[in-house]
Amino acid sequence: MVNEKIIDREFVMNILSKVMDPEIPVISVVDMGMITDVIINGEQVTVKMIPTFTACPAIKLMQQNIYDNLLKSGLSQVEVLIDKEIRWNSDRVSEKGKKLLEEFKLGTPATHHGNVTEEMISKSKCPYCGSENTTMNSLFGSTLCRSTHYCFDCKMKFERFKPIA
Amino acid sequence: MEVVKDLILRIADDALMIGHRNSEWTGIGPILEEDIAFSSMAQDKIGHSQALYNILHEEFQMNDPDHLAFRRNVKDFRSCHLVDLPIGDYAFTLVRHFFFDHAEALRYEALCSSSFTPLAKLALKFKGEIKYHTLHADIWMKSLTLNGSEESKARIQSAVNELYPYALGLFEPGINEQQLIDSKVFIGEAALYNLWIQKVKDSFTQFNLIIPNVADNKIQYGGRKGLHSQYLSELVNEMTEVIRTDYEAEW
Repeated sequence: MVNEKIIDREFVMNILSKVMDPEIPVISVVDMGMITDVIINGEQVTVKMIPTFTACPAIKLMQQNIYDNLLKSGLSQVEVLIDKEIRWNSDRVSEKGKKLLEEFKLGTPATHHGNVTEEMISKSKCPYCGSENTTMNSLFGSTLCRSTHYCFDCKMKFERFKPIA
Repeated sequence: MEVVKDLILRIADDALMIGHRNSEWTGIGPILEEDIAFSSMAQDKIGHSQALYNILHEEFQMNDPDHLAFRRNVKDFRSCHLVDLPIGDYAFTLVRHFFFDHAEALRYEALCSSSFTPLAKLALKFKGEIKYHTLHADIWMKSLTLNGSEESKARIQSAVNELYPYALGLFEPGINEQQLIDSKVFIGEAALYNLWIQKVKDSFTQFNLIIPNVADNKIQYGGRKGLHSQYLSELVNEMTEVIRTDYEAEW
């Protein structure tokens, strides 16, 4: 119990929704679909999370950020664990998350339900003008989760958050 | 469980070595996009090797991933000779990438139904990521053959001729392979080869490339038994240059 505040799932999720992905600092670990469980047992709070990509270099930093933010909010017994039972895929990004990606000028990942086709990978809506008249320049971009594209209409080069199964 | 350990070590060591070789293109790629592509694939591969070493550490009480990657003797690595080779020119790197990544993608596909659950879970995750690697290899192989110049076609075919005996060495069976198959941990190297050669044949028909004939005694086996060329010693030496200055340093 923290100063009369009720420690429940909503309280914890509210704090987690303010912890941002260091590579896309407008979107939280919650909207990125990285939180898999919150377990509250008296004063003990356990958060389970998953990295987006296996080789995500920021996972330890995010674990630490979540831990620090929960402690700052007054909790005293916190653990942040990597969940090995669930694997991340881009369908886990929330609708709000996709809107935030677009506002950040990143193309959004197509919904794939487990089957990512070549067409889904190469076709992306332009986050600048909304045109579908675009082409993929490269399967890789400035971070593991991005590919690079070009818009024929507004002539902008843009990056896109990859659809990943 | 020795056979499972041996299998995971083979896959992890392959990923570590090809990852390191890919990273050698950082800063010197023929175009910026390819520099970034090989650097990104390097990051994926090294991440995969780390996750696989972590299974060995957690399930089989072996040393931690850093120790397995940086503190073993060269003879204890189980990587195939294909991944040990220096990067050569871009054609050489690309053809190796094509051969290796299609084998790896099919291997992970098969491992998704492994009876050894920790490996099956990782394989499912890796499969989604590797899709970008095989697609990358396919796009460039096509660009430099079907849509390429006489020179690019000749250089790709020449790299194929040079690398094919090494690519076949990928499928060198490990210890007690039959035990892995019987316990449904893995379909085995021979079955994997059959899937791979079908893929290579289909692609080569499309790209107008010829699969060279390789005598059995020219297949580059040995890596899975810890017999390596000087290239792996050089690679491990370079990879461990920093850690050897201070094994106890905290980062």
